[in-house]
Amino acid sequence: MPEIASKSALRVRQLRKAYKDVVAVDGLDLEVQAGECFGLLGPNGAGKTTTVEICEGLTQPDSGEVEALGLRWNSDAAQLRQRLGIQLQDTQLSEKLTVYETVRLFRSFFRQGAGASEIIARVQLEEKQNSRVGDLSGGQKQRLALACALVGDPDFLFLDEPTTGLDPQARRQLWELIEEFKESGRTILLTTHYMDEAERLCDRVAIMDHGKEIALGTPRELISATCAEQMVEFTAGSVSHALDVPALRRIEGVREVRTENGAVLLQVTELHTSVPALLAELTRQNVPLTELRTHSATLEDVFVTLTGRHLRDE
Amino acid sequence: MSNNTISDVRAGVAEKKSPRANSLADHALVQLTLVRFREFIREPEALFWVFVFPVLLAAGLGIAFRNRPAEVLRIAVVTPELARSLRQEKLLDVQQLDSEAAQEALRTGKVALLAAPGSSGTVEYRYDDTNPEGRAARLLADRAIQKAAGRVDPVATTDELMRETGSRYIDFLIPGLLGMNLMGSAIWSMGFAIVDARRKKLLKRLVASPMPRPYYLLSFLLSRILMLVVEVGVLVGFGALLFHVPVRGSLLDLGVVCLLASLSFSALGLLLASRARTIEAASGLMNVVMMPMWIASGVFFSSQKFPDMMQPFIKALPLTAVIDALRANMLQGSNLAQMASQVGIIIFWLAICFALALKLFRWR
Repeated sequence: MPEIASKSALRVRQLRKAYKDVVAVDGLDLEVQAGECFGLLGPNGAGKTTTVEICEGLTQPDSGEVEALGLRWNSDAAQLRQRLGIQLQDTQLSEKLTVYETVRLFRSFFRQGAGASEIIARVQLEEKQNSRVGDLSGGQKQRLALACALVGDPDFLFLDEPTTGLDPQARRQLWELIEEFKESGRTILLTTHYMDEAERLCDRVAIMDHGKEIALGTPRELISATCAEQMVEFTAGSVSHALDVPALRRIEGVREVRTENGAVLLQVTELHTSVPALLAELTRQNVPLTELRTHSATLEDVFVTLTGRHLRDE
Repeated sequence: MSNNTISDVRAGVAEKKSPRANSLADHALVQLTLVRFREFIREPEALFWVFVFPVLLAAGLGIAFRNRPAEVLRIAVVTPELARSLRQEKLLDVQQLDSEAAQEALRTGKVALLAAPGSSGTVEYRYDDTNPEGRAARLLADRAIQKAAGRVDPVATTDELMRETGSRYIDFLIPGLLGMNLMGSAIWSMGFAIVDARRKKLLKRLVASPMPRPYYLLSFLLSRILMLVVEVGVLVGFGALLFHVPVRGSLLDLGVVCLLASLSFSALGLLLASRARTIEAASGLMNVVMMPMWIASGVFFSSQKFPDMMQPFIKALPLTAVIDALRANMLQGSNLAQMASQVGIIIFWLAICFALALKLFRWR
């Protein structure tokens, strides 16, 4: 392996890919450091999956360069395949095979790696070892897909929306498994449109929209750079006592005001000064408060601030 | 001593758990081929269509078209005198009915012929001359009536009966069904499995792994060849045991023909499945390709029944070549050299379909 590539697990330069009528990836640059968990965030259709599939050597880009683990697809494909663990979006594994048979099949493609039973234990499917894939729950199927990705003891793991459509408990279970892999010091590239997932798992994230990167950094950096740290959400007023929204902007510490489905969202720098000021303003306007919530700003808020859209709107 | 035993047992256990213990079974091609078998035997419908259905069909048709010992023809008469004369003929089953009932029986096909007295002592036969049973009944009835009236044949004749195996309908049918089965199972098993895997994005997942791509196709061929032994064995064995259908040619030649046929139809199945993304599209395509061969290639009746100008096209169809070769081997005992033209056609289709399929095939 060339020495120069030893620190970055993935380099993407000026990547472009267009389908008939849409530009899926539009001049993207990415660099993933070895040992980090890198998140690719964005709404459906942002170009995440196309990007990942180009990096996985499944899709040919129109132009641009990809180098994974210091290797390139057109010269070192066989070597790369042995070292990557890949989990694709919505693959349906053969329903008539058992969990064990499926993992054993994938194990047979790799030169190195633990035995099938050991991998199955690692994703906590021992009890389902002899069950047919068709009888597994959604979370179990995703854990099996993860097992198939881990079976060759990969240096670099690609996960394309690993928890989409799962219930909260199944998601947490999968997160723990991904964290376990991360702790072993190997690299992960993960796409998601769940912001909480990215905040929990990723060391750095790139936010994508319309095939381009629109923000890059650690989750904390992005949140503090694009929004104030705290969000205040409230509903107030009635038909007879309408709320004077523009007046809210004058409250001290309020950086931005947005209304959404009848609720008002304020970005504030400090809760302890802004909230009393807000309550005083509502009293002055003589508008009754019906609901008040506060939360720390999330990547979701970052995305909304950057694009004016929600991630799962579409 | 006892210590030794314990450590031996432990060593045995450790060896079992080691992933290197059975390296052949861990080979990707072996695992892929095992997957083919598992998917096949866990699909009861597929088992039925490949193994049970052809046997049921052969049994049903074999019984329906069996050569009955000297078939008895039913005829109707309207007078007791005619009935008495005709009952001398053992091959006729004579019913005496009134005129109206007799007409009705003739019209509905319950009897093949109606004999009634005509004007001034003649006898009138009513029957459908396009129906072979009607014509046969006419000959038998007339002979019986003339004999009863005192006719003596000028030439004495004797009958020597021969019922040879190999010339019955079931003998014709078994090679036809075998050919049809080889085509159906190869095209369906190849086509559906590949299109289904493409639809579920399993093909894409497989090529994302280091699986050597040719192994995927090879696993289909390997499982096909192993399955072939059972398929051919069941049908030929069934025909031989129950109906004494002969295999006059060499079994080796028969095996070669079946293997080439199966490879050729598998290549055709691969070609049909090379692009389709839905089961509906694939099965439509397969039916369009197979239907003309089911009809024209001589599965149930001789392909010679089609007009002469169509014969070159029918002869060029892969199923025609396969069935002709199977019949030549089983019924006439021909060897491979004598079937060179059919074998050539099969190999031609194999080469064309496989080359095209490799060119057109999409993993996603």
